[in-house]
Amino acid sequence: MTAALINLWTALPEWLQVLLFNIGKIALVLVPLLLAVAWLPYAERKIIGYMQVRIGPNRVGPKGWLQPIADAVKLLFKEIIIPQKSNKFLFILAPLLALGPAFAAWAVVPFADTLVLANIDASLLYILALTSMGVYGIILAGWAANSKYAFLGSMRSAAQIVAYEIAMGFALVGVLMAANTLNLREIVLHQQGGLHQWYFLPLFPLFMVYLVAGVAETNRAPFDVAEGESEIVAGFHVEYSGMGFALFFLAEYANMILVATLTVLMFLGGWLSPLDGLLPQNILAIPGLGLVLGNGVHWLLFKTSALLFCFLWFRATFPRYRYDQIMRLGWKVLIPITLVWIGVMGAAMFLTPWGYLFH
Amino acid sequence: MLENYLPILIFMAIGLFIGVALLTINRILSPSRPDSEKLSPYECGFEAFEDSRIKFDVRYYLVAILFIIFDLEIAFLFPWAVALNEIGMAGFVAMMIFLGILVVGFLYEWKKGALEWE
Repeated sequence: MTAALINLWTALPEWLQVLLFNIGKIALVLVPLLLAVAWLPYAERKIIGYMQVRIGPNRVGPKGWLQPIADAVKLLFKEIIIPQKSNKFLFILAPLLALGPAFAAWAVVPFADTLVLANIDASLLYILALTSMGVYGIILAGWAANSKYAFLGSMRSAAQIVAYEIAMGFALVGVLMAANTLNLREIVLHQQGGLHQWYFLPLFPLFMVYLVAGVAETNRAPFDVAEGESEIVAGFHVEYSGMGFALFFLAEYANMILVATLTVLMFLGGWLSPLDGLLPQNILAIPGLGLVLGNGVHWLLFKTSALLFCFLWFRATFPRYRYDQIMRLGWKVLIPITLVWIGVMGAAMFLTPWGYLFH
Repeated sequence: MLENYLPILIFMAIGLFIGVALLTINRILSPSRPDSEKLSPYECGFEAFEDSRIKFDVRYYLVAILFIIFDLEIAFLFPWAVALNEIGMAGFVAMMIFLGILVVGFLYEWKKGALEWE
């Protein structure tokens, strides 16, 4: 049986082997991602439920664990409504444009030292480019639907995403100044040597800016004016039903996990253990304990989950910002902070003896 | 090096394929009984008053233009930050002058009220 399979494999042309091999690796990234995206809304409903002294979804399966499957099946059977006056081609294209980049950005995310699908040198640039693509889906959705709510929602959303993207980009420049590389894997490796070496300490203002901008980029509460149920019903996806709506939903949660992962990679040491380099070798040699305390993908997952929990917590805690407050925060607070900190970092590196703090 | 980009290309294709596949499955499984009420744009139960391609605030344009300028700035800063150790003091001073000019423009926008939303 195995021999037959091996024979079949070697009989395939080389390009097909490469293609199948790559598809297999991609599935290893994409399947856990899809599962995470499916169960994050469940976690959200459950966590916010408990924060508001409710119990959240608890009917489908034990403790409601099968809720995401029920939701997905329900959405699959919903009628697709394409409004009469809409631009039909763009209307269908928009959710695909939102979903594609949200998934494709994961191709360069390093999960552990050797666990990366595409280890390219310009990975940070690639991520910046792809996260910018998401806004096209939103603008197109609002425009193509030909509905006032959708239109207003997409305008708001686009202006907000665009404003916070600048703050995000400037925050990344600080990381690059410290790490001197665009390769995400090497950025993490630059933070070796324990908790105090992680970039969130020397770059603390940029870390905060990145976190806030990340929440705003993904249109999460308290920056969710683009959806604002009480103002413009659901914003840009008000006219979507069934899978069209579900694709936007998937894209939003994939982006949320992506932003949390990127924050961990660039400021919180990625897959590095907080005790990395501080523990003596003989403790790391203990089977089991050494594996847990040593570097590994479990640290990345743990830190990302903690950040995601914070994102959900924000939603349960903070009231929604007003639109003018959002724009003021983005343009007049976050961007000046990042500009000043880039200047401070550069000056410290070249004019004072304290430059080593930023390396 | 270039072969490292192949998985990315395949990844993009698969991402799009998942979207198309889900939409197609939805299309096959779901009923399709359109009527004029269902297909009209949502406006809180009223008939749509006018065309929805309405006038919108000019400040959205302003934000978009500002975004282009600042995003270009980021595109300049990225390679500069990566090469900062090699270009040293001269590179740092040059970029600070460039940033200074940008900040003057930014302050002008600020004072002119382009960033105000009321």
